[in-house]
Amino acid sequence: MTSVPASTGIAARDVCKSFGDHLVLDKVSLAAEEGTILALLGPNGAGKTTMVRILSTLIPADSGSMRIAGHDVVTDPDGVRAVIGVTGQFSAVDNLLTGAENLQMIADLRHLGREAGRRRVAELLEQFELTDAAHKLLSTYSGGMRRRLDLAMTLVGKPGVIFLDEPTTGLDPRSRRTMWQIIRALASAGVTILLTTQYLDEADQLADRIAVLDQGRIVAEGTPAELKSRIPGGHVRLHFADPQLLHSASELLPAAAPDQDELVLQVPADGTVDSLRGLLDELHEARISVERLSVHTPDLDDVFFAVTGSHVTAQLNGDHAPQGVLLS
Amino acid sequence: MTTLAHTLSDSRVMLRRNLKHQLRYPSMTVMLIGLPIVLLLLFVYVFGGQLGAGLGAHEGRGAYLNYVVPGLLLLTVASAIQGTSIMVAMDMTGGIIDRFRTMAIARASVLTGHVLGSLIQTLVAIAVLIAVAFGLGFRSAAGPLQWLAAIGILALFAFALIWLAVALGLAAKSVETASNTPMILFLLLFLSSGFVATATMPTGLRQFAEYQPLTPVADTVRGLLSGAAIGDHAIAAIAWSIGIAVVAYLWAIRLYNRRRAAEPK
Repeated sequence: MTSVPASTGIAARDVCKSFGDHLVLDKVSLAAEEGTILALLGPNGAGKTTMVRILSTLIPADSGSMRIAGHDVVTDPDGVRAVIGVTGQFSAVDNLLTGAENLQMIADLRHLGREAGRRRVAELLEQFELTDAAHKLLSTYSGGMRRRLDLAMTLVGKPGVIFLDEPTTGLDPRSRRTMWQIIRALASAGVTILLTTQYLDEADQLADRIAVLDQGRIVAEGTPAELKSRIPGGHVRLHFADPQLLHSASELLPAAAPDQDELVLQVPADGTVDSLRGLLDELHEARISVERLSVHTPDLDDVFFAVTGSHVTAQLNGDHAPQGVLLS
Repeated sequence: MTTLAHTLSDSRVMLRRNLKHQLRYPSMTVMLIGLPIVLLLLFVYVFGGQLGAGLGAHEGRGAYLNYVVPGLLLLTVASAIQGTSIMVAMDMTGGIIDRFRTMAIARASVLTGHVLGSLIQTLVAIAVLIAVAFGLGFRSAAGPLQWLAAIGILALFAFALIWLAVALGLAAKSVETASNTPMILFLLLFLSSGFVATATMPTGLRQFAEYQPLTPVADTVRGLLSGAAIGDHAIAAIAWSIGIAVVAYLWAIRLYNRRRAAEPK
């Protein structure tokens, strides 16, 4: 076992975990500085939830060393539990209690004391816009409200480190934005956050650093900007009406890659308006008419395809509209 | 706070949670308390005439009521622990248990909360059944001390069975399984001195009935309530209760701790 230096954030090194013969995590190393957001990005079955369950002391790792806010996960699990908050993928709320009772129960289990506990409960109900529904049973709560209460329960003890396992899966776009705002506010208040997501835009929006997990391995790690810089630049796709025009255009623009079947020419471009105008002027002067064009800027999708392979494509198409801008 | 103070405080929080569950899930609570009463009426008014005649030449329905009340008190316990098993399994299959496990709370408090909550529910159900039995004409020769002893024996036995139900709830893969497994207790109750004297059974069955735990408990409670001698039954009842409680407790704790290593769904 390699040791991990003490840190106020999250540090994990060479974490392995198998279920039977199935290797779920293969020497996964992660690090998040205090007050930053680390996104663990990957498709279903990549091992994200297993990693969170191990770091939050729910299940033991087979090997590896982990420290959360300086506490060793293996030798001091109660020390870890005292400083973390976990919001899992499945709502960890008590359905037979009201919202306020749920929060009060956690306040009591955190031993906040009667007065401080009550204040904290009222504060969180207010912050998460649940005051009106505070004394209603959870059976009357919407999905978004349950998720907010779930997170509020996680925050009762003001944990310094928070694990969020797919916090926005299944939420409507508006609730998703609200959740993002809450997560950003927590990080700016100094909370260290590890969040897992299969939404690339979510990682891009929230994270200071992103670790891409695929089939139990970290396949890429860095800031969103660093990851974007690792892939080829953006391009413009020119669509032509006939092969002759495509041929003329590819002679004019030797750096471009023609696709004869699709009648498309893919021209490298940095996505600025000036470069686009220059390209169009050049085509106009050569009297080559372009039927339509689309501009494609690099995003995390490209990173993902570049580092994990194409099998993820089908899964992503359902969730995401194409990122390119279509002009005609 | 000391560890002990934490354990007590956490267990109290969990007990309050479980008592609230019982109030918020009234259909189950009413069913668990109501079933023994329905069966009491059934035994006394449908079977009672004929079964009472079997007790002696001049006996009848009233005598059988006096005979069968201890059996139904045990049935009340069996019915209540079915609820325990269901509640524990519901907890374990839901997300909330993972939240508790990632918090620095006394490990056993989740289970002790269930045990104490169920014990209170069982005692309430026992009180209701006794009240109904008195309403139907049940008469007891027992003084306050005998009553206390009878309730004490029932509570001890219930405590043991509740830990067993907790273990069964933890062992169950689903809530449905958890609600079915304790049914075996109902069967055991029919194969004991709960509803008919073991002397009326064929040899093999009689031997089984006499040496299984429900018979000494039923006989002890019956003896105490009717003012008759209880002999060695009380010792056997207490020994069985303690034995079951210890084994079930160890089993439950082991299952609870082992679940940590389980594969996520």
